[in-house]
Amino acid sequence: MKARVVVTLKSGVLDPQGKAIEGALKSLGVAGVASVRQGKVFDIEIEGVDGAKAEQTIREAAEKLLANTVIENFKVEVAAAPPTPAPAPAATS
Amino acid sequence: MKSAVIVFPGSNRERDMARALKLVSGREPAMVWHADTALPAGTDLVVLPGGFSYGDYLRCGAIAARAPIMGPVREHARKGGLVMGVCNGFQILCEAELLPGILQRNERVKFICRDVHLRVERSDTPFTRGYNAGQVIRVPVAHGEGNYFAAEGTIGRLEAEGRIVFRYADADGKLDPKSNVNGATHAIAGVLNEKLNVLGLMPHPENHVESSIGCTDGRGLFAGLVAHFAQAA
Repeated sequence: MKARVVVTLKSGVLDPQGKAIEGALKSLGVAGVASVRQGKVFDIEIEGVDGAKAEQTIREAAEKLLANTVIENFKVEVAAAPPTPAPAPAATS
Repeated sequence: MKSAVIVFPGSNRERDMARALKLVSGREPAMVWHADTALPAGTDLVVLPGGFSYGDYLRCGAIAARAPIMGPVREHARKGGLVMGVCNGFQILCEAELLPGILQRNERVKFICRDVHLRVERSDTPFTRGYNAGQVIRVPVAHGEGNYFAAEGTIGRLEAEGRIVFRYADADGKLDPKSNVNGATHAIAGVLNEKLNVLGLMPHPENHVESSIGCTDGRGLFAGLVAHFAQAA
């Protein structure tokens, strides 16, 4: 099972890196960029648990390590379980 | 004074720290590996040195803050033992939630390596008794993430409780934006926990302890600690 954690800076928290990237985009002439905030994405594979339990595990990971909630928010996305593959069609002769 | 310096993979100021501790206290500190699960018996002072633990992966200090040795360090602090984190050590203490707030990327996004002036805000703590309140000291900084940030309410509490012990200032002790090298909130360079037994600071007092370097302003911090333990004994 796959999950994704997206970590973003809380609004109001200074983001010097985002500002520098914003400046670089403007100097490259990329039109229409109003502002940039930098964040992080973690793609995680989970084994042995699924559904609500998997989401709980990922939340725990985000709270304990992936995000620092003093300055960051996080969002957890757990991918729906892939459909079980249909049995291979019987060979015809 | 029996001190222990914690060594993480990527620490690089642990020897400077050990040298300063030995020079001022006369006693060689124990070097304790991050994977150890106990501090040497009778440790008075735990020091988390500067460096780039775990290559600053994830966030500065984030992974070191969860190392096995941090359990005993936390317990030492809980029992009132002294803990000091310098530079990366400060970042680790914040990530371990032994101190409030976090050290963010410097406001102007540059790594800063130079001497700065600090105003010592109070002298009635184990870490600052070697100085006078209001005294200005010159010590080096070397960091890319030293911009102290905490929620407004937290900053208000730190101010009200007198827990900001060092601020970036000019040579006369005046606060101005130019002296606040990394853009830290309220020019904070060093803070204490609630019980005043855990200190984190970004600058490196351990690098200004020998006259051959040209400045000994950092010595007061170590001398104060030695005096604190001599008095307690």
